[in-house]
Amino acid sequence: MIIVSWILIIIMIVLAILSVQFKDLLAAVVAMGAVSLIISLLFLLLQAPDVAMAEASIGAALTMIIYIIVVRKTERREK
Amino acid sequence: MIRKITYTIFLSIIVATLILFFVAFPFGKNKMGVGKYYLNNDIKQTGAANVVTAVTLDYRGLDTLGEVTVLFAAAAGVSILFYLIDQDKKKRERQVYPNFIVRVGSRIIFPFILLFGSYIFIHGHLTPGGGFQGGSIIASGFLLLYLAYPGERVNRKKLAVTEGLAGLTFVVFGAIGIFTGAHSFLFNFFPKGTLNMLFSAGILPILYIAIGFKVGSEFAGIIDDMMCQTVCGGEK
Repeated sequence: MIIVSWILIIIMIVLAILSVQFKDLLAAVVAMGAVSLIISLLFLLLQAPDVAMAEASIGAALTMIIYIIVVRKTERREK
Repeated sequence: MIRKITYTIFLSIIVATLILFFVAFPFGKNKMGVGKYYLNNDIKQTGAANVVTAVTLDYRGLDTLGEVTVLFAAAAGVSILFYLIDQDKKKRERQVYPNFIVRVGSRIIFPFILLFGSYIFIHGHLTPGGGFQGGSIIASGFLLLYLAYPGERVNRKKLAVTEGLAGLTFVVFGAIGIFTGAHSFLFNFFPKGTLNMLFSAGILPILYIAIGFKVGSEFAGIIDDMMCQTVCGGEK
């Protein structure tokens, strides 16, 4: 389990760096949603299912869709 | 130059204070006795099998009321912000309807999402989850419908009525506690019942059902505001 959580943490850090670095804002938003999903898995591994559910539904679904709407209203490429 | 030196001195003072502060706390040791108190007395005092629910709704019920109020203020702020945008200047994009599979599939899945969210907040005192989680799951079901049917809208008036009634339920059940027993707001005045049964833990299930409805309708309202900036059909 410790190995799994370390792998998840490394993937999460890589995705977080990528979400800042991407020039395509839609890809950055998707990377951010993936970070939220992995955080919710980590909460589950840390035996906090209440927080995991809140993070998965709010962080990975609702926040991401709001960002996607904003990207759609403005511009997709970062200048 | 002087400014840089001042900044450096200030920064080093802050860092030194933080280091001294964190050295004083032994890492990994339990400094607070309140957690052990909750774990030992939760079942006897509240009758809730889920200790997290007992803490958030019974021991810290007033904080949850504040949390719900903050969420209401945020939803109202989003509504006001988008209402102030000039209605004529809204750019209407060409509506792109999703294909057949998305439309029919979302119509089949939507009741099950509602059922799952309701299950989570009704069983909040028994299993992990509660009003906030269940409400946001219900709101994501509404989001699915918005994505599948861009021309349709939810009835905002019914959403507002649901939200108001749910908030009123929370406050009324809290206020009844003032007139009974311990004379305190949000006092758990119902019988505790048997542990691990659906009808147990006094007023906690009622409060969590109210929070579930409130959070679900607030998030659905926010989604409605956001989606109507891009794709939206009917009138408010």
